[in-house]
Amino acid sequence: MIEIKDLHKSYKMGSNSLHVLKGINFSVKEGELVAIMGSSGSGKSTLLNILGMLDEANSGEYTLDGVPIKDLNETKAAKYRNKFLGFVFQSFNLINYKNAMENVALPLYYQKMGRKERQEKALKYLGQVGLTEWATHLPNELSGGQKQRVAIARAMAAEPKVLLADEPTGALDSTTSFEVMDLIQKINDQGNTILVVTHEDDIAHMCKRIVHLKDGVIVKDEKVKQVRASEYV
Amino acid sequence: MFNRDRWKEILEVLTSNWFRTVLTAFGVFWGILILIILLAAGKGLENGIKADFGDIATNTMFMWTRSTTKSYQGLPKGRSFEFKIEDVQTLKENIPHLRFISPRNRLSGFRGGSNVIRGLKTGAYNVYGDYPEIINQDPMTVTSGRFLNQNDIREKRKIAIIGNGVKNDLYEKDEEVLGTYIKIQGVNFMVVGTYKKNSNDGDGEEAQKEIFVPFTTFSQAFNRGNDVGWMAITAHDGHSISDLKESIINKVKAKRKVHPEDDRAIGYFDLYEQYNRVESLFGAMGFIAYFVGILVLLSGIIGVSNIMLIVVKERTKEIGIRRALGEDPWSIKKQILMESIFLTLISGMAGISFGALFIYAVNALLDANGPVDMFLNPSVSLGVVVGALVILIISGLLAGFIPAQSAIKVRPIDALRTE
Repeated sequence: MIEIKDLHKSYKMGSNSLHVLKGINFSVKEGELVAIMGSSGSGKSTLLNILGMLDEANSGEYTLDGVPIKDLNETKAAKYRNKFLGFVFQSFNLINYKNAMENVALPLYYQKMGRKERQEKALKYLGQVGLTEWATHLPNELSGGQKQRVAIARAMAAEPKVLLADEPTGALDSTTSFEVMDLIQKINDQGNTILVVTHEDDIAHMCKRIVHLKDGVIVKDEKVKQVRASEYV
Repeated sequence: MFNRDRWKEILEVLTSNWFRTVLTAFGVFWGILILIILLAAGKGLENGIKADFGDIATNTMFMWTRSTTKSYQGLPKGRSFEFKIEDVQTLKENIPHLRFISPRNRLSGFRGGSNVIRGLKTGAYNVYGDYPEIINQDPMTVTSGRFLNQNDIREKRKIAIIGNGVKNDLYEKDEEVLGTYIKIQGVNFMVVGTYKKNSNDGDGEEAQKEIFVPFTTFSQAFNRGNDVGWMAITAHDGHSISDLKESIINKVKAKRKVHPEDDRAIGYFDLYEQYNRVESLFGAMGFIAYFVGILVLLSGIIGVSNIMLIVVKERTKEIGIRRALGEDPWSIKKQILMESIFLTLISGMAGISFGALFIYAVNALLDANGPVDMFLNPSVSLGVVVGALVILIISGLLAGFIPAQSAIKVRPIDALRTE
């Protein structure tokens, strides 16, 4: 599904440049649940942003579902993001003046799907995260866990190839974190490919594979025995 | 364009901070209001001044004689001379494109002693000896009876057409006017018609106190022989009298044995030139109205642009999210532009409506309190309103352009990082 070869990324900070990613090689198959771990500054968020086409690498190859991702202009990148990727952010990033259902329907709107169809689909995905009753509530009327579940529903609504989660539990307490991870595991069980960036060990171990990043290189890439989050809930 | 979600979002954004939106809208509202009022006031002044010209054919010149200042063909300088009735024929035959040439004579009553008597009543009036064509050059409405005709000229009938002002002076109310006689400098004339002039200016009253008699009768009754006091000459539409003026004057100079370079021998007044001068004055006034109005409007537009920049800044993160979810940058740009146009157009239309209401009120006031000198019926044409709407749409686009550009200039990743 994801194929990365010799990926480099450096940022210019004034006069000196910061080499963040120093040749990353890795691949993800369909249906995998991968955790990318590392301390802050290890380059894990940068990697995720490049995978999410929010940022571009300086060199290296990136292939997503057989499509080479390079020389993107903003219009093309937006189209690919909409078609291939779902995003879950640490700070939820819901749109404040739109209710839960409208938030979920947003990616579908950008696909120019009809209004009615959009709403039906949004309600279906809200149902899958167990928030049907909260469909007409604005984000500020929801708890943190609920917000993240809306965000996950939104990410899934466009039926992306890959779900990218950047510290999805970073702003949540542990009980809620496990609820969210439980949801992510269930989505993975349905065959969806998911990448989770985290620095928490217990969250990482709820995935099926852990990639350790340190100072811009992969130091360890291991398959782990998945801990089901439902055991904790 | 008619996308329900897009419009919903526009309204959500604009109503999220009512006070700010209203303040911004006020700038545009004020600008367009000033523009409309300035244009209407200019139009009112123009209407007023043009009404002062009355219905007079404006493509007209008046020409009279003075004394010569150069000797010519054995004739001395300082010689007095008069136009003769045959000069009219000469001009008709030699100068093309002339529509009317009216020779005129006058007995002056203005500021003079009484020259008209009827029974026990007397009055001082201007009495004109005229041809029937004069009614086309100095239009008046015949309110009863008739005006002069060719038979009157040919038969030298002693008839008169009197103004309503004369009628009011010399006749009792409800007294029959037609068929009665008035005595002008000792000569009896039968009144066959009354007239009224449509003039708005200060001597409007004086214009109603004139008496018209046939030119030939006038000449005979008051011993003018073949003399012509002055001429009113109107050119055909499409031919400016100002251009024909020189050849006309040269022609009569030759005819009257005046030195061709004697510029002071013949006096004239070119109404068309005056009218054009007034026209160009209004052209300039219209320009100033547009200039000032659009500058005021511009400051309103800058206000909109400013607010849109702030809105974009506030929504940087939201725009980042939307782009991460795959919204086309163009779609975002369109959204910002539409918000800007919508805000401009709504406030502009409010300005136009309010301006129209204001003009309506002024007109109602003018109607109620009678006419004001040099001001009549202020208005703006539909063309101006349509033009204003076009200006609004364009300015809305311009106001939104920079903010829209800045909205998609930020990379989504940077937009997401802002708090």
